[in-house]
Amino acid sequence: MNTAVASPAASSTAATPLLRVRNLVKHFPLKGKRVDGKPAVVRAVDDIDFDVLEGETLGVVGESGCGKSTTARLLMHLINPDAGEIVFDGKVVGSRELSLREFRRQVQMVFQDSYASLNPRLTVAESIAFGPMVHGESRDTAERRARDLLERVGLSPARFAERYPHELSGGQRQRVNIARALALQPRLLILDEATSALDKSVEAQVLNLLVDLKADFGLTYLFISHDLHVVRYLSDRVMVMYLGEVAELAPSQALFETPHHPYARALLASMPTLDPDRRTEQAPLAGDPPNPVNPPSGCRFHTRCVFAEPLCSQRAASLAPATARSREGADPLHVVACHMMQAGSGHSQTGLSQTAPSGAATEQVSA
Amino acid sequence: MLQVSIDPAKVPQELSQKTPGYWASVGRRFLRDKVAVGAALVVLGLVLLALIGQWLAPADPYASSMLSRLKPLGTPGHPLGTDELGRDMLSRLLTGARLSLFMGITPVLCAFVIGSCLGILAGYAGGAINSTIMRTIDVFYAFPSVLLAIALSGALGAGIFNALLSLTIVFVPPIARVAESVTTQVRGRDFVEAARASGAGAFTIVRVHVLGNVLGPIFVYATSLIAVSMILASGLSFLGLGVKPPEPEWGLMLNTLRTAIYTQPWIAALPGVMIFITSISFNMLSDGLRSAMDVKQ
Repeated sequence: MNTAVASPAASSTAATPLLRVRNLVKHFPLKGKRVDGKPAVVRAVDDIDFDVLEGETLGVVGESGCGKSTTARLLMHLINPDAGEIVFDGKVVGSRELSLREFRRQVQMVFQDSYASLNPRLTVAESIAFGPMVHGESRDTAERRARDLLERVGLSPARFAERYPHELSGGQRQRVNIARALALQPRLLILDEATSALDKSVEAQVLNLLVDLKADFGLTYLFISHDLHVVRYLSDRVMVMYLGEVAELAPSQALFETPHHPYARALLASMPTLDPDRRTEQAPLAGDPPNPVNPPSGCRFHTRCVFAEPLCSQRAASLAPATARSREGADPLHVVACHMMQAGSGHSQTGLSQTAPSGAATEQVSA
Repeated sequence: MLQVSIDPAKVPQELSQKTPGYWASVGRRFLRDKVAVGAALVVLGLVLLALIGQWLAPADPYASSMLSRLKPLGTPGHPLGTDELGRDMLSRLLTGARLSLFMGITPVLCAFVIGSCLGILAGYAGGAINSTIMRTIDVFYAFPSVLLAIALSGALGAGIFNALLSLTIVFVPPIARVAESVTTQVRGRDFVEAARASGAGAFTIVRVHVLGNVLGPIFVYATSLIAVSMILASGLSFLGLGVKPPEPEWGLMLNTLRTAIYTQPWIAALPGVMIFITSISFNMLSDGLRSAMDVKQ
């Protein structure tokens, strides 16, 4: 637990990952068949691998529909994965060593919609106490823990324990949801856009609460958000997703300073800046993401990528360190799925220096 | 500048009193609705009548008299006149409340239990189980409810029990369908997902998180069916498929008095008036319940 404060680079080499996800796949079948006779499927999550290290905060970013929330729900088995392996603390989830029920006790989730995720017929204390009671604690113990947790998330138990969700503000409700998630004493907390629906000022308070709770309880966070500023503030490492695949995965600082994947660069360029001299004049990316029902061949980003070459539409790049970007050996923690970044891939841009390609996107980021 | 200091120890004192729960606030809103409260009082009166009506009756509801047949309203000794066999109408109407209300409420109550179970099961399980249950239930929709009740009663034979059974079968499909649709909505809400994520089993989730959110709407719908049930039951009695003479039951009385419609139209209409009052009060009661519950939760 004490590695929480250590730098992610230091802890990642030593510790075994708390959560290891391999080849996770979820395709949602659509009704009817496509013109060519094959059944149509939405490739919501298509073969992704990642680790979450003990004590870190892994941020997950990407456009709407890139598979962020599906990934979260797959991890909790709220929807069943089509394929893939989830290993928690060295044990395969669903095996005899670690049942799904026990896994769900150790991994909890906070949802985006603070109102929909609380039962309107239960008081705040009852909602929080539900989880522990499911896992065999007496009503008294569970309610006492609910009151303790309310205190921990900054809500006075005397005032709030007996209230109903509709009497609370959005920020208060989300605090209750966090308390509810913590009631089972989990080790990993999945925060699926947990602060996105809140006012900026309230969001800041809840984010600070999350930082405090993480230190107090020795938690690990999987933080899903489309708000890059928030992700940068909170995360040790960041995973960029595009159309159900991982585009880039890197320590937070490395990603925000030198994003390798053209999509990651464009995404970061879309961050609003407070500096009027560096306003975004040109849209970093044109158009919407392609339809995940029929994703582009090869690298899925090639349809919108300014560096796309025939190679990109033929062969998908695998997630690997950026060997084409560094003479003295690429950072093994900074992996990217782009041909340009991988020496010997055959892309004409390999071996160029970091700032070579022109365009608004890169200028924004490298500045 | 105005200085406001708040002693945190004192503020919660005032606010910490337990806020009313959902049902308490529904009750408060319901009491503000004068029409609904009126309807509730009428229903209460009818239920009371069903319980003690037979002791209020001034005369024996079965005692017939060939000499005093079809006396008009206001006849001395018979304030509401007499029927075609000379039986006291007031006594028969009072005594008949029990059977009529029983025939109206029982099938709906049974159908409420069965239909809710089926609908919640279908809605929560989804997929193939949902399709199997709901498509089977859809078969019953192929027949108009009156026709179905008559056909079932006819096939099962006359008698109160068979009439109740056929009416129950008629009301299960609509209640199951409402239950299925509200359950499907609740099931998709995040708090059910959160409950699943905390490792709760399906039964626990349905008990704690689904029932409280679906029983209200199903109940409101079911109360609106009581009126329909009373009319259908009266219809069955009218056709000789439900209650048998000489039992006093409003539907049956309406049937036997129809020959007198030209000679004593007021007498012939009395059982119909009772059915009308009952069904409209139940309808208004369920409307009031619906609007009391249909506020931001």
